[in-house]
Amino acid sequence: MTAPVIEGQVAPPSGVESFTVTMMIRRFDPEKDAEPYWQDFDVQMYATDRVLDALHKIKWEQDGTLTFRRSCAHGICGSDAMRINGRNRLACKTLIKDLDISKPIYVEAIKGLPLEKDLIVDMEPFFESYREIQPFLIASSKPEKERIQTVAQRERFDDTTKCILCAACTSSCPVFWTDGQYFGPAAIVNAHRFIFDSRDEGSQVRLDILNDREGVWRCRTTFNCSEACPRGIQITQAIAEVKQALIRG
Amino acid sequence: MWSWVLHRITGVAIYFFLLVHILDTALVRVSPEAYNAVINTYKTPIMGLGEAGLVAAIGFHALNGLRIILIDFWSVGTKYHRLMFWAVIALWVVLLAGFLPRHLMHVFGG
Repeated sequence: MTAPVIEGQVAPPSGVESFTVTMMIRRFDPEKDAEPYWQDFDVQMYATDRVLDALHKIKWEQDGTLTFRRSCAHGICGSDAMRINGRNRLACKTLIKDLDISKPIYVEAIKGLPLEKDLIVDMEPFFESYREIQPFLIASSKPEKERIQTVAQRERFDDTTKCILCAACTSSCPVFWTDGQYFGPAAIVNAHRFIFDSRDEGSQVRLDILNDREGVWRCRTTFNCSEACPRGIQITQAIAEVKQALIRG
Repeated sequence: MWSWVLHRITGVAIYFFLLVHILDTALVRVSPEAYNAVINTYKTPIMGLGEAGLVAAIGFHALNGLRIILIDFWSVGTKYHRLMFWAVIALWVVLLAGFLPRHLMHVFGG
């Protein structure tokens, strides 16, 4: 916690160009507000600053009650997925200069999950689906030595190993917005990671779980998830591969 | 996402058309006169525009449906989904360019 605070206090070198941006943040305090509302903040930013830096600046200098999640702040932990200008992104990976700064930048919590406070949602339904697809290696042999895999075998599921469980995909899915029972793209991505792993023996179990009304067949190929993923995972493709595995047996 | 929204809207619109269509066609079993009377009320410019909309909706729904089938069954379908969407739009425009002038001439030409 100390490092970012110090960073915030260091005076930037003179001559570095800065600009003022208006941040419109969708606020909600369950103890005070009946409905969420938009609040605007003006912040002085630099070309190297990210949306997360703007949120920090607001929290530390203007309004300490602003609530949001972040841990590593470098695109690995997946805590700060939020809807920025109508698109799901990680606040720590979105440079403010890449957005249109002539207009206010709209920041709100991800959709489809219960809003708890400001930019924080209840992630439990999301993790429940994740747990349901058994996201761990199922193998009968004892791990006495390495389980050898060829390059091609490893390549088969490489894309889906990149998931950081930020929920940007699942909360961008229009099917998930209207049907909270749907497993959602993230759970399917993590099932894909084990289904196509040659070392794993639980593929059939996971395929059976996903061969459900609320499983892969709920996917309507809107590609919102693939576009939202901050790790660039081809999610719709992964879902299509699971569908094909189910059809071909 | 917009291809999906359009697909859903055209799908629901086609559903309601089919509902009416089955009812009015079934009328011929009730009495041919009643059938003719109902069909004659359709011969108005407003219904003509509705028909244009119907052909547009069915054209898009059919072409985009083929695109979705390719996304699901063709191994590189997901890779080319955007290209295929524009191909759908292009084919759709060609289809309507062939149909609309003739149809509208028929409707408004008297």
